[in-house]
Amino acid sequence: MREIIEIPLDKVKPHRTDVLRTQGVTPGKDTSHNVEKPLRKAIELFLEYAHPVGVLGDIPLPQFEDVYKGDGKNETSTPLDEIFKKAEALALFAVTIGEEISQKISQLFKKNELVLGSMLDGAASVGVDNTADFIENHFLTMLIKRGAATSATAVLRYSPGYCGWHMSGQKKLFTYLKPEDIGISLLDSFLMRPLKSISGVLIAGPREIHVFEDSYPFCAECKTHSCRERIEALFKESRYNNRV
Amino acid sequence: MDTVHNISVSLQSGDYERVSAFTKQALEKNIPPKEILDRGLISGMNIVGEKYKTHEIFLPDVLLAAKAMYAGMDILKPLFIEEGIPTMSTVVIGSVQGDLHDIGKNLVGIMLKGAGFEVIDLGNNVAPEKFIETAKTHHASVIAMSALLTTTMPVMKRVVELLRRERLKGKIKTIIGGAPVTEAFAREIGADAYGYDSAHAVDAVKRLVGRT
Ligand code: B1M
Repeated sequence: MREIIEIPLDKVKPHRTDVLRTQGVTPGKDTSHNVEKPLRKAIELFLEYAHPVGVLGDIPLPQFEDVYKGDGKNETSTPLDEIFKKAEALALFAVTIGEEISQKISQLFKKNELVLGSMLDGAASVGVDNTADFIENHFLTMLIKRGAATSATAVLRYSPGYCGWHMSGQKKLFTYLKPEDIGISLLDSFLMRPLKSISGVLIAGPREIHVFEDSYPFCAECKTHSCRERIEALFKESRYNNRV
Repeated sequence: MDTVHNISVSLQSGDYERVSAFTKQALEKNIPPKEILDRGLISGMNIVGEKYKTHEIFLPDVLLAAKAMYAGMDILKPLFIEEGIPTMSTVVIGSVQGDLHDIGKNLVGIMLKGAGFEVIDLGNNVAPEKFIETAKTHHASVIAMSALLTTTMPVMKRVVELLRRERLKGKIKTIIGGAPVTEAFAREIGADAYGYDSAHAVDAVKRLVGRT
């Protein structure tokens, strides 16, 4: 099954703490008027200029194996290579919040509205991440409706360009999923246009399959180690239980 | 407090209206534009840069200060041109071909301007030849390249190679940066410097042009 999903803006509205974090402002710190005003304005502009939309398509394991292999440029051993083989269900996805918001950001920088420009860029990055979260939840809901998920099921997304899955993986992902239908195109450098877009695979299965150590050779070069937070979050809340 | 000092203080708090007013006032008092620039704007921005590096202030504070700096520069720049006073070295900056990411590049450009450099921003998706042509035309001392993807990093190498081929390597220095770029990669391709972030990029460019 393949589905194009128009996502309500209020579902992906960036939270102020997350936007502040993109600006290096420590959560909990008192923020001055200099920060508060543009922060509020950036969230307002986000609601005006973002157009969140996603495309989601089931993919059987053998086909995904082919998408994953891409042009053969992945690292020899990757966490995803282990994880997807244990999946109960797989789906490719791509999301975007559109081009208009990036144009607005450039305009603000050109007009020397530097704080607001930077803040809106942060809000847009958070917003597109929230859009991908929405799709993740949507897939789990779909599986629940189909009776294909249990209380132990967790859905997590993995993207080309992370954790040893080479960026060039996006070529086959695009051939299979056709995100062009929601306005995303892929450049020769494997960059997606609009800039604020995310692509990848959604993997559903028992929570434990997503657990791995960040000790792969390429982990040494990773600046975020955000996989730790993602894995931790899986055991903090059961999204399945929230739904039934 | 003297007017030039007031410029520096207002700049640090991001008050661009006061920076503009004090700059005009300083000129009325016949204070040389170069002194207003060095002791007022650049000195204020240096303090901001240092506080940012030590996490005393945040990015929005730096950007507000930069906007204030531009307000002062807008008044001074025509005078520099009129009086033929050479400004600082020129830096040509851009995100490399195939890369549309430009926030990081923008921040580096803003900080370089704040440090008094003349910055020519070519935007994003910049071809290697364009970097070099622009640097030659504007007698730039430095080409600054940003890449956010490993797939676009090879363009940086092409720029360094082209400079070598045109016997400009050494005359026009290069600095590279961006999330996947490392110091080791900079060494490997023969770039003259690597900037971890915008603050370090400014220090590195100052070193490249012998302004430390
Ligand atoms: C000239 O001298 C210099 C000196 C210093 C220089 C310099 C030049 N240029 C920059 N600097 C430095 O100074 C600046 C200021 O301090 C800094 O500039 P930055 O531009 O880095 O910093 C900005 C101010 C804020 N930083 C950012 O905006 C980037 C942060 C990270 C986390 C990031 C984000 C937020 C996003 N991303 Co993505 N993203 C990552 C980034 C990982 C990271 N830790 O940096 C990176 C860049 N992304 C990556 C990937 C893979 C992707 N992203 C994608 C999407 C996204 C979001 C949309 C969610 C979001 C917004 C991106 C944007 N910038 O608009 C996708 C691509 C999007 C597209 N359009 O094609 C996608 C391909 C994932 C996917 N399949 O969907 C990785 C690239 C890896 C690679 N192999 O190339 C990545 C490094 C993450 C990782 N794996 O660790 C320094 O780098």
